[in-house]
Amino acid sequence: MLNLTLSHFLILGAILFAISVVGIFLNRKNLLVLLMAIELMLLAVNMNFVAFSHYLQDISGQIFVFFILTVAAAESAIGLAILIVLFRNLKSIHVDDLGSLKG
Amino acid sequence: MDFQTGVFYFLSAILIFASLRVITARNPVHAALHLILAFFTCGGIWALLQAEFLAIAIILVYVGAVMVLFLFVVMMLDINIDRIRQGFWNYLPLGALLGLLMVMEMGLVLGSKYFQVPAAEAMVPAGVSNTKSIGALMFTDYVYPFELASLILLVGMIAAIVLTYRGPKKSKYTNPNQQVFVKAKDRVRVLQMPVEKD
Repeated sequence: MLNLTLSHFLILGAILFAISVVGIFLNRKNLLVLLMAIELMLLAVNMNFVAFSHYLQDISGQIFVFFILTVAAAESAIGLAILIVLFRNLKSIHVDDLGSLKG
Repeated sequence: MDFQTGVFYFLSAILIFASLRVITARNPVHAALHLILAFFTCGGIWALLQAEFLAIAIILVYVGAVMVLFLFVVMMLDINIDRIRQGFWNYLPLGALLGLLMVMEMGLVLGSKYFQVPAAEAMVPAGVSNTKSIGALMFTDYVYPFELASLILLVGMIAAIVLTYRGPKKSKYTNPNQQVFVKAKDRVRVLQMPVEKD
């Protein structure tokens, strides 16, 4: 029995989400930290799912978190593989060097 | 303030500090290490919410697999930190302002009395573990999404391998095509040199 209410966890999730959005603003040139900020954003969403699952007495929310974890793991594996191929071809992962499709 | 509330505020403070360090750390290795701390702390908060299975799963899957992969990649790449941090400070005031606004807006909405839901007594009846109830639901109502999740993992694995595969290792072998089309001038070079006399 927690004395905490649902608001505590939702606001924590909101703070995490805002931090990761700001992280995407600030680290526009840094692909690695961009990927990490996306992971953090998914974590904020998962926090909301777990909190609602607990407070609404519905375990389906936790199953959704499980699926989000699966998709996030696949996403980061593919993202890092793309990053490695990029680095192998360009010898750099700087965003400004990735303009070869620009007309 | 009871013990659980104290634990919640303690873990939340660590979580927010770690995520702030993720986005502001100069060195990507530090960012990855702070992200590991963030995931670990989040596992603690989920355990507080009686989601034990997910608390263990996030530590095993994220800290154990995804973040190790991240660290491998960060350490393999040769990153020019100064170039990558270009424009960081230019965007900081606007970014921080927008972030604060977002937190305030969401705080106004989520802090309202409609979300002051008190906690339930217990998620599951006594004697049934969280893992067991998740498993019971996952293999009945959510069995097709579960199969799809395995397919997504398979696609992710194949995609990662295909993207980074460099082709077979070059071993010594004869190329019949080159052998047939070889010309004498490719093999023998006749040099014209003046005769040297002592």
